[in-house]
Parts: sequence; C-alpha cells; structure tokens
Amino acid sequence: MEEKILLKYIDVPDIENIEVYQKHDGYKGLAKALKQHKPDQIIELVKASGLRGRGGAGFPAGLKWSFVPKDSGKPVFLCCNADEGEPGTFKDRLLMEKNPHQLIEGIVITAYAVNCHQAYIYIRGEFSQAMQVLEQAIAEAYEHNCLGKNILKQGFNLELSLHSGAGSYIAGEETGLLESLEGKRAEPRLKPPFPASVGLFKGPTVINNVETLSNVPHIIMRGAEWFKGFGTEKSTGTKLFCLSGHINKPGVYELPMGIPLKELINNYGGGIIGGRKLKAVIPGGSSTPVLTAEQVEEVAMDFESLQAAGTMLGSAGVIVMDETTCMVDALANLTRFYAHESCGQCTPCREGVSWMEKIARRIEEGKGLEGDLELLLDICDNISFKTLCPMGDAAIGPVVSFITKFRSEFEDHIRQGRCPIEKDKSIKVRG
Amino acid sequence: MAVKFSPQTKREFKETLSRYPHKEAALLPVLLLAQREFGVLSDELVQYVAGLMDLPPSRVKSVVTFYTLFNTREVGRYVIRVCHTLSCALNGTEEVIEHIKKRLHIEVGETTPDKKFTLLECECLGSCNTAPVMQINDRYYENMTLELVDQILDSLE
Repeated sequence: MEEKILLKYIDVPDIENIEVYQKHDGYKGLAKALKQHKPDQIIELVKASGLRGRGGAGFPAGLKWSFVPKDSGKPVFLCCNADEGEPGTFKDRLLMEKNPHQLIEGIVITAYAVNCHQAYIYIRGEFSQAMQVLEQAIAEAYEHNCLGKNILKQGFNLELSLHSGAGSYIAGEETGLLESLEGKRAEPRLKPPFPASVGLFKGPTVINNVETLSNVPHIIMRGAEWFKGFGTEKSTGTKLFCLSGHINKPGVYELPMGIPLKELINNYGGGIIGGRKLKAVIPGGSSTPVLTAEQVEEVAMDFESLQAAGTMLGSAGVIVMDETTCMVDALANLTRFYAHESCGQCTPCREGVSWMEKIARRIEEGKGLEGDLELLLDICDNISFKTLCPMGDAAIGPVVSFITKFRSEFEDHIRQGRCPIEKDKSIKVRG
Repeated sequence: MAVKFSPQTKREFKETLSRYPHKEAALLPVLLLAQREFGVLSDELVQYVAGLMDLPPSRVKSVVTFYTLFNTREVGRYVIRVCHTLSCALNGTEEVIEHIKKRLHIEVGETTPDKKFTLLECECLGSCNTAPVMQINDRYYENMTLELVDQILDSLE
C-alpha cells in the first residue's frame, strides 16, 4: 500500500469535525508554522519541497508566493481556487467535502507566509455540499482560534470567507476568478500585471488550488526532504489522479507523481470496462492533448514525462476511452464544452471555438466536407496564442491532437458520409 | 416597488456585505440570495438589487446573464441539470436525458405545465467518477440508471 498524504485520513469518521481532525495531527502544522517559522522560512521550505501548483499549470508554489512584494503598502489577499471545472477532474470536491480542515490549515499557513490577513475560498456554485461542509468547518476554526484574531495566541490575524461562484468554467482561470470575486463577469484580465503584484481589489494576490494548499500543513510538519521522497526529481509529492470514462473503478487515487499511466489504469482503475480494448486516454483534464493506446503503454504521470509525450499533466483528470468510442463524437462533445464556456471577450476564442464545434458536429453527422480537417487546424492556428487567457489554447488542445492522432477516423466519416463506429453509449453499471 | 427582501434575507444581505472590503464584490452572493427568495432574477428584481448595491441595473444584468446558475426565465420547483460532458457522455448520459424527456413530456430547456420540473443539460459537474450525474436544485444524484431516475422523480413532491 502506497503511503498517502492528502487522503490519509479521508475515511476517518467525522474527520470534517475539528476535534476529530485535531486528534489526527490537525492544526499541528499551523502551530509549528506560527511558533517556529518566520514567514520567509515557510516560503523557503515550500520552495525546497518542490511543491508545484495542482490546478493545471504546475507553477512552483513557493516561488509564486515569493513574488508578492513586501513593501507595496497594500493589503495582500489569498484566494483558494476551488472552482474545479475542468472536465474529468473531481479531486478538489473530495478534499473539501471530506477533509475541509486540512484545506483551511493550509490556507492559514500560506496566508501567514505571504503576510495576508484576508483570504477567500472561491468555490464553484454547483458544489452545495462542499459549501455546507466548509461553512461549518470555517465556523469551527474560528471557535477554536485557528482563524480570526491572534490565531493560536501567536499574534497572527486572518479572516477567511467562502465565496460562491454562479456557474462559469472561466472563473477558474485565475484572473477570471478575481473579476468574479469582485462582483463582475468572469472575464480574464490582460497579464502583466500578474496577480502577485496587482490582483484582487488591486492588491497583491496569491491564488492557489485546493490540492496545492492542502499539501502545505504536511510539508511544514514533515519537511521538504520527506515531501521530495515522493514522486520524481522535478515533480515532487503525491498527486490526486482522477479516473473516469470507460474504466472499471473510476475514482480519485492518491499516488506518487511519476506512476506509469498503464499501471494507474490497470492496477488501480481495474482496467477497461467489459474487458474491451483501450483506444485513447486524455491524461490531464479535457484540454490536455489525447494519448493513443500505444502511448499509454509508455508514459508516466508527472509534469516532465507528459510534456515529453506532447501533452500535459494538467489537473490529472484521466479520461479513458475504449474501442467503442467515436473520436469525432468525443471531439464534438469537447468543443461544445469550450464553445459554451468561452467568455466572449476575445474574437478568436468566441468565434473560433463555436466554429470548431459546428464543424466537428457536422463531420460526426456525416455532413463533413472535403477540407474540413484543414479548416479545423487552420482555426486552431488562428486561436493559438491569440487570446487573453489560456482558454483558447485549452480549447484547441483536443482538436489538434484528436485530428493528428486519429486522422483516418475523421477521414472515414467525411468519405463515407456517416459515422462508421459502432458506438456504445449505453448506461454503464458497475458492480 | 413590489419586490423587497424578507427580513431574513435582508439580515443575510448585511452579513454578506461585511465579508468584503468593497460593496460591489458582494454582487454574486447577493444575487444568489435574491434568487433563493424569488426563484427568478426578473428585471424588477435586478433593479431592486442594483439599488441595494449602488450599481446601475445594466451592470447587474450583465453579471446575471454571464453565469449559468442565474435564472433569467421562470423555472420549475425542481431544476434538473443533467451533465452531458465527455465522461458522462461515455457512460450513457444521452439515455438518461431521453428518458427524462419522455417521462416528463418536455424537451431540454422546457418546464412542465404544472411548473414542477425544468429540464436542462449542463456542462461538467465535477463528479465524473460517478457518471452519469445529474443535479436537482442543490443536490447531486450520481451513478444514474433509468430505474434510479424514476425513483428520484417519483420521490419529489
């Protein structure tokens, strides 16, 4: 059995209750941080641990914190990004519903490290259950002096509020999140300036994912070297991998970074449903380029290995597709998602992604035209790096990779004027 | 003006404002409060909220129309949102949607004549491990089968 960090106590009954959490080493990391470390020492410790952002970009957390100017004279804000919305990803919801104090503890330590006294958790509006659990946990943390004034009698103050989104994928993009938190449409901002210098209410702002922050108490308690004992040299720690799609045992698996994808699917996910053949895997959430079954044989699940394979670890949302999957239909589904979620600010994304959806759908319906694949790739080229935020490039990730790797399937659709795949879209019931 | 927050919502409104250094930042949570009380964010309600928030109504309306969870049209007592993004699609969500359409005699986007149910498709609910998934009002219903859908719809008063 692999050692777990984040999910170690996930099955302990009532772990969402602060007293039970405290019995399982809860808030000891916070006490240690406040009593034994200066803020800068925490930043150095987290830098040394190699902890990288778990929201998708993989940016080193300690380095991000070190960008906050010390002398801006403005209040610093910390935003926990709990707007989990990348298709295929469902790990933050688990962390919030099951172990909310682990997240709150990570938030308080991080706030202390960056000299922040007002933090927000921006949670997607659909997550009602997680919101209830967090509201309760935040109230408990105030009662137990883990939030509020003079925390654990160490002179540090922090207010923490939960802020509900109202249904928007782009609010998960960090500057879209800031706009939304300021009461506006979640339209991403032009960068620079980066949020570390000009963020929420124009103050220096740190934005970290739920999983990233949940790791922090453990790094404080057990040290950077211990954390680096998990994973690979450049992708340290464990990772919550989300398995979904045509898999026997879908779910969240905490494993060291660098685990072979094949092992993740077969040993942990129980293999492909119905003993069918694997066709393709999206390794890191819907925007990461797809892998063929052959590539799955060789690739490992860490930032560098997946980058070398031409894709990304992203949010580690692993979507497994078996031989009954029509890649054109799957792409039409994904492009519809991005067309729906485009905020509309940048013309290439607003127009281009909708065109991609229409073209992918017409190919699937047997109405594809000669030249449609070139047209799709040309649209991708006209979106790539031509939008304010990464959403444009997120939307083209699947399009380019699906067409490149499964081109003959797209061509068959156009040539035959119909979908030639015997799709199985029935409801899958697992034992 | 006919529209007005109840004393309870008014209290929550004030508490919500206290969480932010700028009043404007409370707009999303305040709109969620308004929707909870009135069901739909009508133009009249948007005007009322704009007044409370010291914002132009057009500014409030632009926010209302941006986010999918805000109702700009009247909906039923139960809003069914069935996820149709990839992981749910691979696990049979189309069957679930077709079944609900037939059972309720409505199309996606419509409300039953008795104003009980509204059926919507939605994008990823972040519960792909329990696909197919649907949300009715605040609650998630996971690992849907047609039998379960029937049981759930029967159980709602």
